[in-house]
Amino acid sequence: MPKVRVVKQESVGTGLYKMVFESPIDLKEKGFMPGQFLHLRPSESYDLLLRRPLSLCMADVEHNVLTVVYRAQGEGTKRLARLAAGDVVDVLGPLGHGFAAVSGDRRSLLVGGGIGVPPLVELGRYLKKQGQSVISVLGFQNKSQAILLDEFAQIGDMIVMSDDGTIGERGLVTGALTEDVLMDVDRFYSCGPTPMLKAVQATMKVFCVPGFLSLEERMGCGIGICVGCVHEISQKGELKYVKTCKEGPVFPSEEVVFS
Amino acid sequence: MIINSEDVDLSLDLFSRRFKNPVMPASGCFSFGREVSMLYDLNLLGAIVVKATTLTERLGNKTPRVAETPSGMLNAIGLQNPGVQRVMEEELPYLRRFDDLPVIVNVAGTAIEDYVEVVKALRDSPDVFAIELNISCPNVKCGGIQFGTDPLVAQEMVRAIKAVASVPVIVKLSPNVTDIVSMALACEEAGADALSLINTVVGMQIDVEKRRPLLANTSGGLSGPAIRPIAVRMVYEVSSRVKVPVIGIGGIMTGRDVVEFMMAGATAVQVGTANFVDPWSCPRIISELAQWCADHGVSRVTDLVGAAKQ
Ligand SMILES: Cc1cc2nc3c(=O)[nH]c(=O)nc-3n(C[C@H](O)[C@H](O)[C@H](O)COP(=O)(O)OP(=O)(O)OC[C@H]3O[C@@H](n4cnc5c(N)ncnc54)[C@H](O)[C@@H]3O)c2cc1C
Ligand SMILES: Cc1cc2nc3c(=O)[nH]c(=O)nc-3n(C[C@H](O)[C@H](O)[C@H](O)COP(=O)(O)O)c2cc1C
Ligand code: FES
Repeated sequence: MPKVRVVKQESVGTGLYKMVFESPIDLKEKGFMPGQFLHLRPSESYDLLLRRPLSLCMADVEHNVLTVVYRAQGEGTKRLARLAAGDVVDVLGPLGHGFAAVSGDRRSLLVGGGIGVPPLVELGRYLKKQGQSVISVLGFQNKSQAILLDEFAQIGDMIVMSDDGTIGERGLVTGALTEDVLMDVDRFYSCGPTPMLKAVQATMKVFCVPGFLSLEERMGCGIGICVGCVHEISQKGELKYVKTCKEGPVFPSEEVVFS
Repeated sequence: MIINSEDVDLSLDLFSRRFKNPVMPASGCFSFGREVSMLYDLNLLGAIVVKATTLTERLGNKTPRVAETPSGMLNAIGLQNPGVQRVMEEELPYLRRFDDLPVIVNVAGTAIEDYVEVVKALRDSPDVFAIELNISCPNVKCGGIQFGTDPLVAQEMVRAIKAVASVPVIVKLSPNVTDIVSMALACEEAGADALSLINTVVGMQIDVEKRRPLLANTSGGLSGPAIRPIAVRMVYEVSSRVKVPVIGIGGIMTGRDVVEFMMAGATAVQVGTANFVDPWSCPRIISELAQWCADHGVSRVTDLVGAAKQ
């Protein structure tokens, strides 16, 4: 099994952690996509059996290390949060199909909510490198949950929203998706809780801006062999279940069906 | 006696064919082999059991379909598969590139006639070494499980399948019964060529925050190390009463666990949930099994079968 060393772990907010570890693959040689995820075993024993999917937040190709940012909520992520530099962690990935930049785009919008924000960092950096201008709309519960703001500030324009107004504007991310903000935006990329994705999908449809959504489903394997992680997709009028770990987690917004 | 792990004979004979080792991935836990074949050479496996195949395409259940439980997991996939015709045309031929890999096709349905039609269709495939009758899936609304809980219905099913099958028929038993031995005897009498056990144990988890069942299907099948003691007990009891080979399944994670099942009376084993935790489980388990035998002076793995009963 692919075991790698933890390079660094630090707290980045209440119950929030940033962990840097060696990449299980040679990033330069094998490549990766923003929006892909890593599948981490919470422990060596079999009491917590399944791996935990966490989005690739940042990749440092030169040093071949990866960063994830996550909330320690249940038993598994709490165990991951106890790891320190030098410890060994079992990581599969990067897995899945991530965000693809579309050639010809000049301005992109990133919409992230809560712990769905991390994968948009690597994507934003990539889009910027492609010569695009980027605007990020990020929503958090409150100030103590706000993450990665420095990183987004370096990528381009940024609007922060919070449920209680303790940071940025009070309100939901969709409240910030106004005609002004969407001006000149060619495409959007979004990741966050399902109710937010639903609202973003509906809003962007009204403004006729195409984009991509990164979905979250419970996973058994992360590599396409259990068929546990499916989501309903509509392609050419045909409804079907596709595996979010293999064909996803990122899908064109217009294909995603929320029931 | 000290032996090298490379010198341990892991092979066995099943249905007049030589299997290079007793370890095969379990149905539904390996898809049709394609994904894992990107990770290692499937020729290392004793055999492969592919995902349940039904007569027509099944979309499966809504999500969440999986949940973690202490030392195990629940699943309610609902037999999502493209249907037997596409399985024969699009999935099985891929496995031809592995020259020493017997392919066992798991067959499911909701009525005896469906099962019969699937098995008839599979007669046209050159790729099928044996059939595993899934009369024990807990996750489909009608059918599946009732064939696995009533000995008379199971018998009728096995007879109907044996009448049309051109390859050996393994019957996969459900643990969700009061008397597994009478089910096993009924299937053997009806002509089953082997028995595999166990399928998942029906279970449930409540999302206490949302105050409702976590799985969209309400209940699901429990698998993983949590069910191993149940499986070992059932393999022990069944193998003590039937003459046909018994294939042990349930929570196998390591080579030691294979030894446990073989000592309980299993001729071969299937590995399910372990593949999700570690996609390289099967080859690892095979080498751990060889190492265990070497460390304990066992030169032939078949010598372990039923050892706990002597
Ligand atoms: C593709 C993908 C990317 C993700 N990226 C991130 C990220 O970058 N940062 C972050 O904080 N979280 C992310 N998540 C959510 C994260 O996987 C869950 O919070 C985590 O698995 C919960 O594990 P636990 O041990 O804390 O909870 P437990 O309740 O102990 O988990 C029990 C089981 O349920 C699963 N589970 C529970 N909640 C979720 C959930 N929301 N989504 C999927 N599975 C869940 C667990 O994986 C585990 O199998 C992502 C999820 C997916 C599917
Ligand atoms: C996600 C999942 C899907 C399964 N699908 C099937 C199936 O299609 N047909 C079948 O006979 N058994 C199926 N099973 C049952 C397994 O083959 C096996 O009997 C069971 O999981 C116990 O073994 P394990 O503890 O090693 O997983 C499935 C199990 C899981 C976890
Ligand atoms: S998580 Fe197993 S198929 Fe996607």
